[in-house]
Amino acid sequence: MEHSDTATSAAHSTEAQGNGASTLTQVDRARRTDPAVLKDLLEKMLLVRRFEEKSAELYTLGKIGGFCHLYIGQEAVGVGAISTLSPDDYILCSYREHGHALVRGLDPGEIMAELCGKKSGVSKGKGGSMHLFDKTKGFMGGHGIVGGQIPLATGFAFASKYLKQHAVTLCFFGEAAVNIGSFHESLNLAALWKLPVVYICENNRFGMGTPVERASSLYDLSGKACAYNMARAYVDGMDVLAMRELVMEAVERARGDNAPMLIEARTYRFMGHSMSDPVHGHYRTKAEVEEQKRHDPIKMFTSTLETLGVINHDDVAELDKKVREIVEDAVAFSERSEEPDPMEIDTDVYTS
Amino acid sequence: MAMITYREALNQAMREEMHRDARVFLMGEEVGFYQGAYKVSKGLLDEFGPLRVLDTPITELGFTGLGVGAAMAGLRPIVEMMTFNFSILALDQIVNSAAKMLYMSGGQLPVPMVIRGPGGAGHQLAAQHSQALESWFCHVPGLKVVMPSTPADAKGLLKSAVRDNNTVVCIESEVLYGTRGEVPEGEHLVPLGLAEVKRSGRDATVIAHSKMVHVALDAATALAKEGIEIEVVDPRTLRPLDTETIFNSVRKTNRVVIVEEGWPYCGVGAQISDTIQLHTFDYLDAPILRVTGLDVPMPYAKNLEHMCLPDQARVIDAVHRVLYRTN
Ligand SMILES: Cc1ncc(C[n+]2csc(CCOP(=O)(O)OP(=O)(O)O)c2C)c(N)n1
Repeated sequence: MEHSDTATSAAHSTEAQGNGASTLTQVDRARRTDPAVLKDLLEKMLLVRRFEEKSAELYTLGKIGGFCHLYIGQEAVGVGAISTLSPDDYILCSYREHGHALVRGLDPGEIMAELCGKKSGVSKGKGGSMHLFDKTKGFMGGHGIVGGQIPLATGFAFASKYLKQHAVTLCFFGEAAVNIGSFHESLNLAALWKLPVVYICENNRFGMGTPVERASSLYDLSGKACAYNMARAYVDGMDVLAMRELVMEAVERARGDNAPMLIEARTYRFMGHSMSDPVHGHYRTKAEVEEQKRHDPIKMFTSTLETLGVINHDDVAELDKKVREIVEDAVAFSERSEEPDPMEIDTDVYTS
Repeated sequence: MAMITYREALNQAMREEMHRDARVFLMGEEVGFYQGAYKVSKGLLDEFGPLRVLDTPITELGFTGLGVGAAMAGLRPIVEMMTFNFSILALDQIVNSAAKMLYMSGGQLPVPMVIRGPGGAGHQLAAQHSQALESWFCHVPGLKVVMPSTPADAKGLLKSAVRDNNTVVCIESEVLYGTRGEVPEGEHLVPLGLAEVKRSGRDATVIAHSKMVHVALDAATALAKEGIEIEVVDPRTLRPLDTETIFNSVRKTNRVVIVEEGWPYCGVGAQISDTIQLHTFDYLDAPILRVTGLDVPMPYAKNLEHMCLPDQARVIDAVHRVLYRTN
């Protein structure tokens, strides 16, 4: 996994090589994973999917406003990665973070309430879809400026090292963020100061309407780490187990040796960039999106688990029912909640 | 009381606060081995070691953002800007992360951090290295901004800034580092948000901060010879502004001149002027006048540079005009 030179710039498709040169299939990986873990991963992916579908619905109804970026298609990345963390670890994300927040265990009702601008939201209705925070869970946002969370995550890793706390920080961002200065400045600092941080680039192929090949001179994005003498790898971000195994190694190394790493997770977004962007249009065709949906991470994983007999059709239906109820409860909680008190308008600007 | 330089006062403040609280650390370009570009951090690396005094690469955006993250995680960083000219590269992290984190997180995540370093005009440093940018920071809710004019204020304000739980921008004066003044021994704190009357007088109020306090005081000495007694008010903290001290002075003198080194358009003085007219309009006997830097990038040539900066003569002229004594 150290500097996986097998990742060539020519190879790029979401179904390409797994962890670097690994040829393991998802079935192989599932065989060596605890079935309880497998079921949990599936449940979390389903929860994120159903939650996001509901978010889209509420957006269309005008209950969610502003910019709203959905995670549909990318679930395996967040679910696989975050499943490796301890409670004391930190997570920082971009604005496309509903899924990460759910997986980290933030209350679904409080997340939905935040999306709807309610006072019971995780950020008291002051943050919205792009700014979910829960300090008690080490969930440190939800950041709206592309690349803005990358120096912050590096700072969390610095603090862990300074305080000898052994926490690891996971930092998620899109592939368009690897071109921004804050990414490069952060990677240099993390490598130079040996900070326990794992940078996870979710390459969903597009920064809004710009495909990666029109934005980055380097196609093999994890190769950016080479400039900083940092370990790197790429992974099939549609495979929740490949994701989990790679991040697990990265997290262990970060925790043990304070060694940072850059991971490129190759995935695809099935929805528009945000709710105000159509699913397909100027920058991609309907056919392309349909083709990519054949690699739906949830369908793929479900069939793996069915093949191995870890679950059957009824179990899946049961799981789906369960997460739908969680989502319905979240919506009900949000609906019951009040708007923020106008008195809150100028609190939390300064603290005493 | 000890006579020490402004530079030594800042150094003492950091040393004392780093001894008091192990979570305080200093980070910036050349702060360690080189002892600071302006020697403000002299001796700190030896005393506190490389984990607490960190030389950074030239990466203002990156290390400022790292500081914000570290502060969110419970540390108390002091981030040094080699000069505030370079803070422009860090503005995204200062404005979008440090200033807004508490609010966006619904009160969960304060950012107790100090961003400090020299600002203001230097000597013949030309357009990119000679500018007063305080109004940029003052504009942003969530930030506090302090600008000491004396060694005592430098020490007291910086110590308070380190202890404050918000992000405090401390803009020092490059040309005041070598100036001496009395600084109280031992624990010396100047509360944030408290102005000081640096000279009292009855005829007109001159509000000035940082280096301009000294320009105003020189003008006061000269004006006294004409029998004009001006009151020099140094806000010390530009945000939050101590309006009470300012209003009290205005109620006494009824005439106001505001001096600042920065550009006039949307400058700090524009804000102070608005605040005064709104709350003490009936006490004013003349329009408020402002003495500012000229509305141009800083030129290099000595004579042109001199024209740009507010000086004693321009302050005296403005005071004459608010007193309607022009001839
Ligand atoms: C610095 C900055 N520039 C522009 C934008 C507007 N913007 C928001 S998201 C986005 C695309 C980012 O794409 P990527 O980083 O790949 O993440 P994704 O949205 O695909 O998850 C742009 C241009 C922004 N938020 N921040």
